[in-house]
Amino acid sequence: MLYSRAAFVGICVLFYSQLTYSVELSGKLDLEVRYYFDEGQYREQDYHWNNSLTLEPEFYWNWNDRNDSLVIKPFGRIDQRDDERSHGDIREFSWVHVNGKWEWRTGIRKVFWGVTEFVHLVDVINQTDAVDAFDGEKKLGQPMINLSYVSDVGIFDAFALIGFRERTFAGEEGRLRSGILVDANRTTYEASEEEKHIDYALRWYYSVGFFDLGAYVFHGTDREPILQARLVDGDLTLIPYYQQVSQVGLDIQATVGSWLLKFEALNKDSDLDNYLASQLGFEYTFYGINQSAKDIGVLLEYGWDERDEDASSISQNDIYLGARLTFNDVNDTTLLMGVSYDADYYTKSFLIEASRRLNDHWTISIEGLFFDASNTSDPVFAVREDDHIQLTLERYF
Amino acid sequence: MCQRNQHIFLIATFMALFFTTSAYSQESTDAVAKGLEIVTELKRRDTGWGDSQSTLKMILRNTAGQESTREIRAKTLEVQGDGDKSLNIFDHPRDVKGTAFLSFSHPVGADDQWLYLPALKRVKRIASRNKSGPFMGSEFAYEDLASFEVEKYTYKYLREEPCKGGTCYVVEQYPVDPYSGYTRLLTWIDTSEYRNWKTEFYDRRDSLLKTLTVTEYKQYLDKYWRAQGMEMVNHQTKKTTTLAWTDYQFQTGLTDEDFNQNTLKRAK
Repeated sequence: MLYSRAAFVGICVLFYSQLTYSVELSGKLDLEVRYYFDEGQYREQDYHWNNSLTLEPEFYWNWNDRNDSLVIKPFGRIDQRDDERSHGDIREFSWVHVNGKWEWRTGIRKVFWGVTEFVHLVDVINQTDAVDAFDGEKKLGQPMINLSYVSDVGIFDAFALIGFRERTFAGEEGRLRSGILVDANRTTYEASEEEKHIDYALRWYYSVGFFDLGAYVFHGTDREPILQARLVDGDLTLIPYYQQVSQVGLDIQATVGSWLLKFEALNKDSDLDNYLASQLGFEYTFYGINQSAKDIGVLLEYGWDERDEDASSISQNDIYLGARLTFNDVNDTTLLMGVSYDADYYTKSFLIEASRRLNDHWTISIEGLFFDASNTSDPVFAVREDDHIQLTLERYF
Repeated sequence: MCQRNQHIFLIATFMALFFTTSAYSQESTDAVAKGLEIVTELKRRDTGWGDSQSTLKMILRNTAGQESTREIRAKTLEVQGDGDKSLNIFDHPRDVKGTAFLSFSHPVGADDQWLYLPALKRVKRIASRNKSGPFMGSEFAYEDLASFEVEKYTYKYLREEPCKGGTCYVVEQYPVDPYSGYTRLLTWIDTSEYRNWKTEFYDRRDSLLKTLTVTEYKQYLDKYWRAQGMEMVNHQTKKTTTLAWTDYQFQTGLTDEDFNQNTLKRAK
């Protein structure tokens, strides 16, 4: 509600400003058709087809010789089945002011940290919009003040994260969810300020020779909830609990010839736990295979978590293998295939993603996700009947 | 008699061979020196421009006549004693709008390159070995669009002949980088202003792959010539790509501060 009011005010400001400055409008509209090979294993999941539509316009405005800029990027999804997946968000509403080596960024923003492909372990600023995408790559806009400084020994970023965003969860009609429903209305926090707690983070990034190095400290509300089972009106329900954590993270990439060597590590400390986790691996690209323009990249990663089977992450002892085929053609055709293997639970997942530009306005993409899980202790077991293939038509404007 | 004549003939042949070979190698050394001299002069004349900004439009055409357009805004900073720094921002096609590319090029060795993906807000350091790959699906390889550095090739001067720019030196260039897609390039450089009017690219099997021709040059700051239009024809696939530059501006005040991961993220 607060966000939609902010968006309305923002749009009004934009219309006024149009008298003197021009606004650049761009964005995209996605039409998704998903087919589940089986009916789901839980109540209300007895369907195969699901359609969804998303709209994400972006308003961009700059002045003062581009040293000031404003971006407003609302997002909305309408889902055929899941009321929780039909949702809106302000992905960005941010003013950036540049003064030489200094940059002030104020408002709702998205920040990405990390180098690996299959798991984004050290990417902690934004909350995951889990209902929007199963791979965790969709994020909710995070209100912040971010001061950035470019020095000879790297880029320093200080963040004050003003207000917390709760993770989104699928509703009863949704698929790719746990068997027990999550009731986000009963969310609890360790901090007495609850979702108004201000979190802080400091990050350093430096590129030297082959290496790109990043390190950060984060203190505040953990983005990852602990889901506590409770009886609510006689029904077993999961209630999210967000604890306070102190976190230190590291990400390193070495770029040597056709090799990208990647390493991410994290230490998270809370009242309940103190653990280490890591994601590491490589990507090697074979360029111009068979005298053609095509490239094949081979990816191998390993995810580890000190807590072993007690880990809340599904990447606690997992191996990931992928192949990325880039056609380098006029239509930017790409194909990515990946398999993951959980060495504790023997779960296998298979992923396929392909995309291609149709013309100046449209692109098409196909995604498939398949699970082979037989150990009831693995969180992936809950989605074992949710193998699906999705066709997305994306309209850019 | 017959025998004797044969001996004389053999001796004469050997002597002729000896003299022609040494004359040839002398000529060859001269040709290498003259080739290097020409491109060194070309580079010298193109030094001191500081920084530039421009807009590039690419039109890709296939054999059926179908066209596809790319639009890129480029910012370039001349770096003394090293390769140029550049920031390229993609405006078209729409699905790559906002994608930006930061490159620190080096005369010898791999360039440092980062790609910004706006949907994920992710900056990715990418491998720069892929010099021979097509740039955005066009007939231009990454190496065709990289900043020209004398150290990237060895040279041989071949001849002078009339060309679009008046009279041209024809210079053969051999890439130093083993990952180049070419065995050699033939370039036509005019003798008065040292502008490159035409390049023929020979693939790894040494057959003619592509021809690049410059349609128009314009002079900036009363000194520096920049191509306004180019056409690349691929003889093997019959596809073409034309480039047109507009809004060229020099000495716009860009500095080192304008080329880092922060400027890449806000490039738009």
